[in-house]
Amino acid sequence: MFRWLRDHGVIERNVVLMGVLTLLTVSIGGLVQIVPLFAVETTIERVQGVRPYTPLEQMGRNIYVREGCYVCHSQMIRPFRDELERYGHFSLAAESMYDHPFQWGSKRTGPDLARVGGRYSDDWHAAHLRSPRAVVPASIMPPYSFLDRPLDYSRVADHLRALRAVGVPYTDEMIANARADLEAQARPDADATAFNARYARARQAAFDGDPVRITEMDALVAYLQMLGTLVDFRDVTPAQLRQQ
Amino acid sequence: MAAIAATGRVAPGDQPVFVEGPIRAFAIATAFWGVVGFLVGVVIALQLAFPLLNLDLEWTSFGRLRPVHTSAVIFAFGGNALFLTSLFIVQRTCRARLFGGDDMGWFLFWGYQFVIVMAALGYVLGITQGKEYAEPEWYVDLWLTVVWVFYLIAFGGTIVRREEPHIYVANWFFLAFIITVALLHIGNNISIPVGLGSSHSYSAPAGVQGAMIQWWYGHNAVGFFLTAGFLGMMYYLIPKQADRPVYSYRLSIIHFWTLIFLYIWAGPHHLHYTALPDWAQTLGMVFSVMLWMPSWGGMINGLMTLSGAWDKLRTNPALRFSVAAVGFYGMSTFEGPVMSIKAVNGLSHYTDWTIGHVHSGAMGWVGFISFGALYYLFPVLWRKKAIWSERLISWHFWVATLGIVFYITAMWVSGIMQGLMWRAFDELGFLQYSFVETVEAMHPYYVIRAIGGVLYLAGALIMAFNLWKTVTEGEAAEPAPRFAPAHAVAAE
Repeated sequence: MFRWLRDHGVIERNVVLMGVLTLLTVSIGGLVQIVPLFAVETTIERVQGVRPYTPLEQMGRNIYVREGCYVCHSQMIRPFRDELERYGHFSLAAESMYDHPFQWGSKRTGPDLARVGGRYSDDWHAAHLRSPRAVVPASIMPPYSFLDRPLDYSRVADHLRALRAVGVPYTDEMIANARADLEAQARPDADATAFNARYARARQAAFDGDPVRITEMDALVAYLQMLGTLVDFRDVTPAQLRQQ
Repeated sequence: MAAIAATGRVAPGDQPVFVEGPIRAFAIATAFWGVVGFLVGVVIALQLAFPLLNLDLEWTSFGRLRPVHTSAVIFAFGGNALFLTSLFIVQRTCRARLFGGDDMGWFLFWGYQFVIVMAALGYVLGITQGKEYAEPEWYVDLWLTVVWVFYLIAFGGTIVRREEPHIYVANWFFLAFIITVALLHIGNNISIPVGLGSSHSYSAPAGVQGAMIQWWYGHNAVGFFLTAGFLGMMYYLIPKQADRPVYSYRLSIIHFWTLIFLYIWAGPHHLHYTALPDWAQTLGMVFSVMLWMPSWGGMINGLMTLSGAWDKLRTNPALRFSVAAVGFYGMSTFEGPVMSIKAVNGLSHYTDWTIGHVHSGAMGWVGFISFGALYYLFPVLWRKKAIWSERLISWHFWVATLGIVFYITAMWVSGIMQGLMWRAFDELGFLQYSFVETVEAMHPYYVIRAIGGVLYLAGALIMAFNLWKTVTEGEAAEPAPRFAPAHAVAAE
């Protein structure tokens, strides 16, 4: 028994052999777990409604990432009774298929946000972000009043282009109109016919309460208000949800 | 000098064989970043207890400071400790001068400090990839890749020119750490920048694939950055200080190959009950449970090395740190597999229990083994007889241990309590608690946790003072054979 251990001396005398064997040993697990997720089509559920983010929502999402919201808020509802009651239907892989990077999170210092969209008013969100304890006295969330500054969206088309390069199906038309679409969504009196044709179920509003200035608050609230709203679960069948 | 660089050896009577200047710098940086990382940890712990401390400024909000804490502790404190010990140990155990000499050492030192500062500045200014423990943006990632390739060349090159026929077991672990971290770093950071002038990038994978790759990376940052490399330290420091050979050579071989093979599979246990397909979750759980075995094999190998030398724990406080570290390692590597079981994870996930688990590993294992290494290496590197004050080492030990106990017990209670509150229903079938009621219930535990952090930080400050005194006022050692010419070093 353990005769092979005696041959280990060969490896111990050859750093290149040891390095190569190490690389092979550590590669196996990763390959087995990662490659099928790209290869097996049913990894993503076959549900209707998931679309790329609008330019304003995507800029809001970038603020969500920038501020590290994911360190305290998850976006991944688990299939438990209490989570169903508290947050809604469990999260699907399809619902984050255009999330670069994913923001599922790992900690709930605050509540899950996967389906926060539409649960509160725009005004509630803006007030809560500016001063969380004014709205929820026991909250321990940091205040984000600085988000009332103008949103820098000068390069929004470049952002959409980079996202297309990593696989988000933005069309040439969407990229060409990125700026106009962003402005149309944040200004409720703007003509939104073309915008709505490009982005189904996107809502036009003065998200921060001010219809003129386009602020970081507009973008972040627009993003929060669409979270979890794209899939209509009344139409979903169990067969569509089956993975693998 | 050219001759030294070429052969790794020097003629009798010439300069010291080993590269030491950059290694001293790594030792100082380890202590410095340790204090910084623990301090930021205390600040963010207090922010959770007293949210006013977010100061209503964008740069000091919890969301931006938390990555500063995690990166400062893992990559700045832990990373410098790994550079320090790996470059010190590889030269001693191979009896060879560092490949690339002083220039290589200094390049690695400044190159790596630049990574740390660039990353931390980015976080505070809001530049982040938004992936835990992989927050630095594309330009920092590229630079780190360059530094890491040179690290592999320096480490591997030193092994190639070794005087010993066999590669010592500590170096297997360091080598596996360097290779695997390179693989993980590149694999998890593939992204497309918005433009060359933009600090922002978008990760190549999205959603479920992105999550799997992130936690393949994230868990193995624990497995290889915080475990394999630090096991390399254990395999040098404990035999060296106990003056005993490693307990079992065969166990070392089994420990090494099973640990590196199994660890890489454990990532999906961070994604239980998520939209990750069940087959991947199950694989992650099964391998995480199996991982218990090599982890404890390693712990046994470290602890049993002390057989017949346990009395040294009483007389050598630095060794006490190393051995207590292995004890904490055994505890966290038992708790980890338990938490990876789906039924347990359903309760523990998203709660402070996870935070407590991470900290028993980070403070108890990574921190303590690094403190032990610093207490051992400072006198060696600065040619001193001993650490300035042994009493202060004992103070550090007990203050820090108390801090860990406060920390992890507070997190067990708050984590399990919050998990149970979330799933509690009243007699009419409604959820019993609103979310914010569970947040309120956390408050006392967040205060206790912060006290634990303050104690741990106080211990590190005691250490920094003691190390400073050792360098400035410590009694000089007689010229030891260690620093004699190469033929004398062979005796080591």
